[in-house]
Amino acid sequence: MAIKSSLRNMVVVLTLVCLGASAAVAVVYAVTKDPIAAAVADKTNKAIEEVVPSFDNNPSEETMMVVADLQNPAETNKVYVARKGGEIVGYAIESTTKKGFGGPFTIMVGFTPDGKVYNTSVLSHSETPGLGAKITDKGSHFITQWKDKNLTDGSVNLTVKKDGGDIDAITASTISSRAFCNAMEIAANVFNNISTEKH
Amino acid sequence: MSKFKYLIDGIVKNNPTFVLVLGMCPTLATTTSAINGMGMGLATTAVLICSNMVISLLAPVIPNKVRIPCYIVVIAAFVTVVQFVMQAFTPSLYETLGIFIPLIVVNCIVLGRAEAFANKHSVGESALDGIGIGIGFTLALTCIGLVRELLGNLSAFDNKFSSSDGMLVFVLAPGAFLVLGYLMVLFNRLKDRKKKA
Amino acid sequence: MNTLIVSPSPHVHGKESTRKIMGDVIIALLPAVLVSIWFFGLSAIHLVCVSVLSCVVFEYLIQKLLLKGRSTVGDLSAVVTGVLLALNLPVCSPWWLIVIGAFVAIGVAKMTFGGLGQNLFNPALVARVVLLVSFPVLMTSTAFHAPETGYLFGNSDVAATALDATSGATPLGFVKEQLAKGVPMQEIMATPGLSYTQLLFARLGGSAGELSAIALIIGFIYLLCRRVIKPWISLSILLTVFVFAGILWLANPAKFTDPVFNLLSGGLLLGAFFMATDYVTSPMTAKGQVIFGIGIGIITILIREFGAYPEGVSFAILIMNATVPLLNRFQPKRFAVEAQKK
Repeated sequence: MAIKSSLRNMVVVLTLVCLGASAAVAVVYAVTKDPIAAAVADKTNKAIEEVVPSFDNNPSEETMMVVADLQNPAETNKVYVARKGGEIVGYAIESTTKKGFGGPFTIMVGFTPDGKVYNTSVLSHSETPGLGAKITDKGSHFITQWKDKNLTDGSVNLTVKKDGGDIDAITASTISSRAFCNAMEIAANVFNNISTEKH
Repeated sequence: MSKFKYLIDGIVKNNPTFVLVLGMCPTLATTTSAINGMGMGLATTAVLICSNMVISLLAPVIPNKVRIPCYIVVIAAFVTVVQFVMQAFTPSLYETLGIFIPLIVVNCIVLGRAEAFANKHSVGESALDGIGIGIGFTLALTCIGLVRELLGNLSAFDNKFSSSDGMLVFVLAPGAFLVLGYLMVLFNRLKDRKKKA
Repeated sequence: MNTLIVSPSPHVHGKESTRKIMGDVIIALLPAVLVSIWFFGLSAIHLVCVSVLSCVVFEYLIQKLLLKGRSTVGDLSAVVTGVLLALNLPVCSPWWLIVIGAFVAIGVAKMTFGGLGQNLFNPALVARVVLLVSFPVLMTSTAFHAPETGYLFGNSDVAATALDATSGATPLGFVKEQLAKGVPMQEIMATPGLSYTQLLFARLGGSAGELSAIALIIGFIYLLCRRVIKPWISLSILLTVFVFAGILWLANPAKFTDPVFNLLSGGLLLGAFFMATDYVTSPMTAKGQVIFGIGIGIITILIREFGAYPEGVSFAILIMNATVPLLNRFQPKRFAVEAQKK
C-alpha cells in the first residue's frame, strides 16, 4: 500500500506536502487579505461612529499616538480625530486597563472638544458573563451615566461610590466597574495631553 | 453495505462527543451559546472533510514513518485557510471563538479520523465520514450550547426572551462539564434503548 | 475474588443507625436554626421549611421515578441536607432560589453519584456554590435586607448598630471592601457590629447559619458528646486557620484580619463543625482527617485574604472533598493487598 519509508522518499514526500500546503495557504491569504483588512477597519469605524458626534472625514486616516502619563512616555494610546466640515467634532480614544477582573480590557472613549464624554464602547474584554460583562450593555445606567460628564476639569471623582467617588458601580461587579473607571481616567489623561500638545 | 452508513455512523454510533469523547477542549470551552457551538462545529467540519479527502488521496504515496507529520501539515493548512476565511467573512464569530480556531489543529477528532479512517478508505468514503463525524460534532456542540444558553442566559440562538440573567454557572466553565455529563447520559440511554428495540 | 476487601467509608450500616446519626445531626443544628428564627422570624421559618421540604420531595421523586428504587427518605439524610442548605443561604432568599438549591443538592450532587454514601461532594455545599456562582447578586448583596422584610421579634437595636444596611455586606465582605478603599485595619475593626462578643453571640448579615457562633458551638459539643463525630477534622481546621491567619496578621496587621476574627466570622464554624465532618465526604482515618482539615484551613485563608471572594470555606471544603479518595489510600495498610502479594 504505502511506499517504502526510505530516507529519500520521506524527505521528498514531506517537502512536497509542505510546499503544497504553504501554496494553498498563500493563495487563500492573498484572496482574503483585503476583506480581513476591511473587516478590521469596519469594526474600528463602527466603534468611532458610536462614540463621537457625526463626522464626514475618515478618522482612521487621521490618528495620533498620545501618552497618558507623561512620566511614562513608552505607553501611548491611539487617538482618532473626527471632523465635520474641517472642524474637529470629537476625539475617539482607545484606552486599555489592566485592572479588569478577567484580565485587561480595551474601551473606546469619545470626547467632544470641550472635554465632555460623548459615548463609550467596549472593544474587547474577557469579563465574567452576566457580571462584569455588563460593561457592554449599551443602554445600562452604568454606561449612560458617563454621557456629558466633564472628566478633564477635575469636577468628577473618577472612582465608584463605594470608594467615595461619583460613579455608580454595576451591582456585584465592583472590580469591573473600578477597572472601567481606570480606563476612563487614562482616556481623560490622554485627552488632556492632546490639548497640551496643541497649545 | 451502502456507503450511506458511513455518514450515519458518524452522527450516532461514533458520535465524536457523546460516544468517542474526543475533542473535549473546544467542546467545553466554546459552547457558551448555541451559535458559538455551531460555529465551532462547522469550522471543524470544514477542516475535517477537506483533510479527510486530501489524506485519503495522499495516503498511498506517504511513507509510513512520516505519515503523522504529513497529516498534521495538511490539517494545519486547512485550519489556517478556515481561519482566514472566518476572519474575513464572519469577524464577530471569529472574535468569539478566538484562540480555539487555530486549536482545531490539535483536535484529536481530525487527526483521529485521518489515522483511523481516511488512510484506509477511498476519497468518497472519507468525505462521507468527514461529513458524518462533522455533523455529529456540530449537533453535539449546538445542543450543549443551546442548553447552556437556555439555562444560563435565558436565550436561544442569541434571542433573549427574558431581560433577567439565568443561572450564570451554566455559562461559566463548571456548567460546561455539568451539561456535557448529563447530555452524554441522555444520548447513550436513548441510543441503547433504540438498539434493544 | 474471595479476598477481604477493606473499603473506604461509609460502610453499610443498618437503616436505623443512619437514621439515628442523622437525627442527632438535626438536633445539633437546632440551636443555629432557632437563633435565625429568633432574629428573622417568619422568613427564617419559611427558608428552613421550603429547603427541607423540597430536598425530601426531590429525593423521593428521583428515587421513585428515575431510579425506580425503594424510597430512601426515611434515613433522614435529605432532611439534614435541607437544614444545612437553609443555613447556607441568606435568610431572605426567594422560594425559587431555595428550590433550585435543593434540586442541585439532591439531584446533581447526591443522586447522580448514586445516592447517600456514594456522593463525592457535600450536597448542601455544592448547592451553595452553584447558587453563589449563578446568582451572585442575590446570594451576597441582598443578604442584609431581611430585617426590613420579615422581622418578628424586633431587635432593632442590633440592626441599628450593625453594618451599613444598604451595602448589605457580611462582616468579611465589609472588611474586604473597606480595605480596598484604603481604610486602615484598626479603624475598620472599630466599626460597631464587628466586636468579638457580637460575633460570638449574634450578628446580622450573612447566611442563616452564620449568625451566632455560640449556637454552632453548642451543636458541635452535642455531636461530640453523642459520639456522632470525632473532633479531629474540626479542630485541625480551626487550628490551621488560627495559626495561618495569625502569621499573616503578625506580619502585617494593617492589611490582614486578626486570627480570632477569622475564627468567628463567616461560615467557618458552620463549615468546620457540620459540613467538613460529613461521613461520606471526609477521610476515614485520623491521619487523613488531620491532613483534610489543614488543607481546608489553608485554602480558606488563602481565598479570604487574597482571593476575589470574601469567604472561602465552602470552596475549601469542596476542593478537599475531591482529595478524600486519595487521603483514604494512605492508611490503614491495606491488608488485602499485602496478603495478595504473598
